[in-house]
Amino acid sequence: MNPYLAGVLLGLVVLASNVISGRGLGASGAVKSAIVAGVETIAPGHAESAPFYKKFGDSHNGNPLNNWLVYEMLGVIVGGFVSGAMSRRLTWRVEHSPKITSKRRLAFALAGGILFGIGSQFGRGCTSGSALSGMAVLSLGGFISMAAIFGTAFAFAYFFRKNWI
Amino acid sequence: MGPLVVNEIISENTNLLLAFFIGIGFGFVLEQAGFSSSRKLAGMFYGYDTVVLKVFFTGAITAMLGLLFFSLFGWVDLNLVYVNETYLTSAILGGVIMGVGFIAGGFCPGTSFCGAAIGKLDAWMFIGGLFIGVFIFAEGFPLWEDLYMANFMGYPRISEFFGLTEGITALFVILAAVAMFWVGEWAEKKFPREEY
Repeated sequence: MNPYLAGVLLGLVVLASNVISGRGLGASGAVKSAIVAGVETIAPGHAESAPFYKKFGDSHNGNPLNNWLVYEMLGVIVGGFVSGAMSRRLTWRVEHSPKITSKRRLAFALAGGILFGIGSQFGRGCTSGSALSGMAVLSLGGFISMAAIFGTAFAFAYFFRKNWI
Repeated sequence: MGPLVVNEIISENTNLLLAFFIGIGFGFVLEQAGFSSSRKLAGMFYGYDTVVLKVFFTGAITAMLGLLFFSLFGWVDLNLVYVNETYLTSAILGGVIMGVGFIAGGFCPGTSFCGAAIGKLDAWMFIGGLFIGVFIFAEGFPLWEDLYMANFMGYPRISEFFGLTEGITALFVILAAVAMFWVGEWAEKKFPREEY
């Protein structure tokens, strides 16, 4: 799809989200809900005493999985799957540059995920929730997130170039 | 009129159902734009494929303009729309950590779920990492709580921050985006790559 057309459609999704739900999109928040739900189930005592889970419980009622972002991310999986099926892109594979092994790619994907998981908590949202949706409502924090994420990725691109080019 | 749920035009449960459909639209557009491929996403940082820049900024200015016009027409009350809070220290720190994660992992959280949906095993690995990362943050929270709460600035919009009207701010954002599109198109010609 033409990237500018895709961008307009993405913008309309963010617009719809704000008009219907009064909020932007998100992604990392759903992972947070899942972690909180997991800890509450496996170690309820710990969830009641540890400050992070207590804080989450104070601002959310009921089951942590009964959350806007969780339903939205379930939709993302369905939407991505339907799009991939329509464009015949459904295959199990590890995508990587021919210059590196699958193992190396998977190790870096895991490390990148861990960093993004930690960073998204400090940033109070990731590329979707903080940067994209934040910019749409002209949030100062959104612009700071965007500049910090993309600026850092550019600054570190040189050190990771073997993985990509 | 809008936001519909805040003004109780739709119920909380309907809102959650619609979140699912909004997510379908989000995932569909991301995947169609090619965001299920880490090599395409990373291309932005080497100049060979700047689709991220084009989609991301077109999306941001479309939504921004849409909201401003909807507000002008009285279709949505911008005072009831959530504006992200700004904690300066942790916003920058988080952004820097995410930036390293982006270039190392090749995905961001939203795109990794998209990649996973079409069978990319590296995306599944990235999602595994996300869970570990959030868990580390949660367990170590007392250690960095002060940092996390430092330099709270409220819920400022950049228009208020610079003392401009929302319309003029939007114009500057659009001009900046157009300049970046121009650089992106230039970079793709300058650093071309074979199909990957």
